[in-house]
Amino acid sequence: MDLALTEEQEMITGMVRRFVREEILPLELTLDPDADELPEADRLRLTEKTRAMGLYGLDIPPEFGGPEIDLVTRTLIAIETSQHRAGLYAPCYGVFGGAGLAQLFEATEAQQARYLHPMLRGEKSGFFGLTEPSGGSDPARAIQTRAVRDGDDWIINGGKIFISGADRADFGLVFARTDPDKGRNGVTCFIVDTDTPGFHVRRVVHTLRSARYATELQFEDMRVPHANVLGAVNGGFAIANDRLSRQRIPYAAGCIGVATKAHELALEYAPQRQTFGAPLSSRQAIQWMLVDNEIDIRQARWLTLEAAARAQRGDPFRKEAAMAKLVATEAGSRVVDRCMQIFGGYGVTKDFPFERWYREMRIRRIGEGPNEVQRHIIARDLLGASLR
Amino acid sequence: MPIRLDKPWLSLDAAAGLPGQLGVFELADEAGKVRYIGYAGGRSRFGLRSEVSAAADRIPEARRFRVEVTTAYLTRYRELLMAHKADQGALPPHNEPMPRLGRLSPGS
Repeated sequence: MDLALTEEQEMITGMVRRFVREEILPLELTLDPDADELPEADRLRLTEKTRAMGLYGLDIPPEFGGPEIDLVTRTLIAIETSQHRAGLYAPCYGVFGGAGLAQLFEATEAQQARYLHPMLRGEKSGFFGLTEPSGGSDPARAIQTRAVRDGDDWIINGGKIFISGADRADFGLVFARTDPDKGRNGVTCFIVDTDTPGFHVRRVVHTLRSARYATELQFEDMRVPHANVLGAVNGGFAIANDRLSRQRIPYAAGCIGVATKAHELALEYAPQRQTFGAPLSSRQAIQWMLVDNEIDIRQARWLTLEAAARAQRGDPFRKEAAMAKLVATEAGSRVVDRCMQIFGGYGVTKDFPFERWYREMRIRRIGEGPNEVQRHIIARDLLGASLR
Repeated sequence: MPIRLDKPWLSLDAAAGLPGQLGVFELADEAGKVRYIGYAGGRSRFGLRSEVSAAADRIPEARRFRVEVTTAYLTRYRELLMAHKADQGALPPHNEPMPRLGRLSPGS
């Protein structure tokens, strides 16, 4: 087994690393420390650059116009694009594009024409509406939003919470219960236009993530055509579940990128900072922090790349993705915490990125399935569905 | 936390005594109409004190202000702008243009 990067992977990651250092980091010197967006002129200029690099829309399948880059390489790229202040939730401020709602690649031709293609051209944006006030970790049971068939339409009533981007979106995927007696097999996914009467963004949900907010949605007698059902009626859980497993790999990669950057800053700082007549790096307490950082980052990196490699080969990867998410979010939190400690008072100021990473990294242990759920997933795979 | 700012209005003279904290603020004219919504972020030299004073200097019709101290100044700022637009049908005149602002229907 060869764990070395290929020549092509070295070349691509090197190119992305230079892009982050030469294009993104200088801009962050003038942006608000909590910013998650670039000024429009910079966004357009840098998007042109990533297109010219052949790296725009990395996660878009080649048949839809994306560059043909394998998942392991995309994971390595995700580790690079997150190595800056806003990198955890806004890697390179979105100038590498994204696949948007990947579920739409399985949509009907008419749905693709109306939603997917405009989204890929950057003309429309969408949101993913799964979590409800009744819970997010157990979507099969927690979904209480109801959809009732009425002729050629469905009428949806209910609400969602912690939904990112819904206030700006043109449409969204809304999961609603269509059969109250069938548990996970009674949930359907609907494509909902946000200008539909009865669709309301009721409030901003403020969190530790102080720039990119979530929203709370309410649906009041919202009428959605049957043609907007994505996949099969009562087949929504599989759509949601597939997304949850896949999303854990780039989610882990972002944590590794931030941890790597934090560690790099600490490695530069520790030999320069003098305390009691000697550099910080001469103190064993600091050395051990740096050693533990290195071990944490490598463990998370290899688990995440293993999950990506399995997914790329078409092997089952649910357990591996859960491990990657679990380890990367916890390791990333520890690394940022140690680096903040090494920087002392400066570490908690907005002059440095640690305080933002510290806040945002805390969310990662809850988002995309809390780490307790990841442990449950791993245990279920080890012991069988009944946990024997 | 209420969606709309509900802190008391203060005269502009009081701006010099504001804390140097992070937060959001509104400036209103003589009639109480909001003319500008702003924030004091991580790069503000003296937080709300310097940002309110600077904004008042730029906006001749400003007569009063109110502030809310918050570390979530960016999300709160966008929320106030969206709520204002939902209530008044337009942004405060000194906030135009505001690309990529979301839509909110907060109810009363």
